[in-house]
Amino acid sequence: MTAPELRLFDFRRTFGRRTSSQRTGRAVYSASLNGRPRGVTVSAESQPLAIDVRGIRRVYATKPQPVVALQGVDLQVEPGEFFGLLGPNGAGKTTLIKILTTLLLPSEGTAHIFGFDVVDQTKQIRRIMNMVAGGEQSGYGILTVREQLWMFSQFYGLPSKDGWRRVDELIEAVGLDEQREQRVSTLSTGQRQKMNFARGLLNDPWIFFLDEPTLGLDVAAARSVRELVLAWKAAVPGRTVLLTTHYMAEADELCERIAIVDHGRILALGTPDELKRRVQRESVFRIEVDRLDGGPATLRRLPGVLSAAAAAAQAEGQERQTVEVNLTLAEDSVLSTVVSALAERGSHLLALRKSEPSLEDVFVELVGRGFDEEALDETDVERDSIDHDDSDDAPAPDRTPDPRNTAHEPGEREEQEAVV
Amino acid sequence: MSTAFVYRATASPQEAAVWTRRQILMTDLRTIVGRAYPRVRGMAREKSWVFFEVLLPFLATSAFVFVYRALQAPPEYIGFVVLGGAMTAFWLNVIWMMAQQLWWEKSQGNLELYFAAPMNIMSVLFGMAFGGFIMASTRAAAVLVVATVVYQVAFAIDQWILLIAVFFLTLAALYGLGMVLASLFLMWGREAWHLTQLLVEPVYFVSGLNFPVARLGMLGSLAIAILPLAVGLDAMRQLAFADSAYPLGTPGPAVEALILVAMTVVFTLLARWTLKTLERRARQEGRLSVRWQ
Repeated sequence: MTAPELRLFDFRRTFGRRTSSQRTGRAVYSASLNGRPRGVTVSAESQPLAIDVRGIRRVYATKPQPVVALQGVDLQVEPGEFFGLLGPNGAGKTTLIKILTTLLLPSEGTAHIFGFDVVDQTKQIRRIMNMVAGGEQSGYGILTVREQLWMFSQFYGLPSKDGWRRVDELIEAVGLDEQREQRVSTLSTGQRQKMNFARGLLNDPWIFFLDEPTLGLDVAAARSVRELVLAWKAAVPGRTVLLTTHYMAEADELCERIAIVDHGRILALGTPDELKRRVQRESVFRIEVDRLDGGPATLRRLPGVLSAAAAAAQAEGQERQTVEVNLTLAEDSVLSTVVSALAERGSHLLALRKSEPSLEDVFVELVGRGFDEEALDETDVERDSIDHDDSDDAPAPDRTPDPRNTAHEPGEREEQEAVV
Repeated sequence: MSTAFVYRATASPQEAAVWTRRQILMTDLRTIVGRAYPRVRGMAREKSWVFFEVLLPFLATSAFVFVYRALQAPPEYIGFVVLGGAMTAFWLNVIWMMAQQLWWEKSQGNLELYFAAPMNIMSVLFGMAFGGFIMASTRAAAVLVVATVVYQVAFAIDQWILLIAVFFLTLAALYGLGMVLASLFLMWGREAWHLTQLLVEPVYFVSGLNFPVARLGMLGSLAIAILPLAVGLDAMRQLAFADSAYPLGTPGPAVEALILVAMTVVFTLLARWTLKTLERRARQEGRLSVRWQ
């Protein structure tokens, strides 16, 4: 890609007042190539970041004392990235997403979406983004699915006929054909969320904010929603997704990079593999061989092998056909030594699995507790910070846990089949 | 599937973010139609309004008709009551379905979607007003026709154009007031419900829905100065029963039409200002676009 021609852009001279970028003393440039409008904030090396958050702090003025929801968050997301914010309730995820979607002002710091300032350039941002939240009950129950989506299409300026056509396409794409003429009030939770996704895609957003989108959905519906997002993103290069979730498996599956957030701070940021490597100090494998003369002790003597132990005993009376051994190695490369040693002893390797830490292990390592403990101990900062005396009769949001997560206890390692 | 996921292909987010004036205008106009749509569809879909919005107001109107007949009041008073009964539909629509609407939208989670969409939020209010106007007009027309036939009301109209103009100006000012109240009620949160109940009957009274507002003296003059329903109804009564002796004490219909024009302008500007204030507060405090508070 040709590097954009850049020149220093004097906002004060042009607009007569300081921009938020100038307030932070950050260099601001204007691209004069690639058809970008003047004044768009770009880095000197590349086109504008999809999300560029610098020192964002958000304080809710609540009684008896203010609640700090975000404490100096820095975050950069490249165009085309699928980025995840992973954290427990009250971590600050929703607050950050509300700032990025122009619904909330930061108390301090700056945030830009594709170069547009979330404080001053809200209209531009609203034209290129959309958002879907978990448990969303938007719209009007008296309308049918088709009518409701058409109504929202009008808010994005689609011509009426185009709106109906686009609604029909999206209804088909999200798999709501049978519910097309059904009233919104009669939809199931999963169907409703599919409809919300169709709503979120009406305007062809360049950036899609998903705030716990699979909250309360069953396994099939959650999978369907995830597939939908991936298909949408893949259709056009450069489409960006910011997902907030406290379902680790979901973040692991979807996100190219993840930020683990807690108490308004980013504790760690990287690809799922990078994050897992932070807590993986040694390599753990389980091997299955047809026989192992001398038992696991023979492997223990190999250099770099920290431990080797027979896997749990098989059921009583069951004839042992193979031998399974759990190996802890100083590093992955020691595995070749083990494989060579097995071959020298006439053992045939039948299966090999590498055990990797889960993202929850990463979280436990970083904050010293699991998500479940967090959910029990902490109240939701975002909701607490905005709820006042009126909230006492409010319906509690649906917090049904994702069944997929029940298989992941804190500290449990997920096994990944690698080689046979 | 791929066509569904690509609608308006743009080369970059920057290109997609730049809209022409025409795009902006058309989006706002489409938003008005889009937001009015659920109200119109809802009316066609839920027929129960015929009972609640036509028969019940008709009974209330009938009660006053029988009182005036028992008191042997001049026959035009029957017409005054019928006209007031018809206009009640608009006031109820404004106070219950306009003033409370944004508050209700917030509790449903719609409000933050409105704020996050690219249209001018005023067009949402205009859409609500437009849809409400269609709903209430149907109801008002039904009450007017039924009551006129049943009680044999004889209208005497000399200035048709002025009457029609006053009718629409009344509605413009009334829905302008509704748009102001919508923002105010949202800012006041749950109190909106009580405030609505607090406003309904006093406004009925000082607007003179069932009697000429001139009978209220100074209070009537004050109502004419601030309440679109009071001034509009007074003007319409003077125009619809031109051959009757109308109680003195209120301005003529032409002057009242001008008052309505002023009210429309003031309320629309005020609605725009309160909505901007509301959005600013919503973004600063993080309270107004979030549910359950």
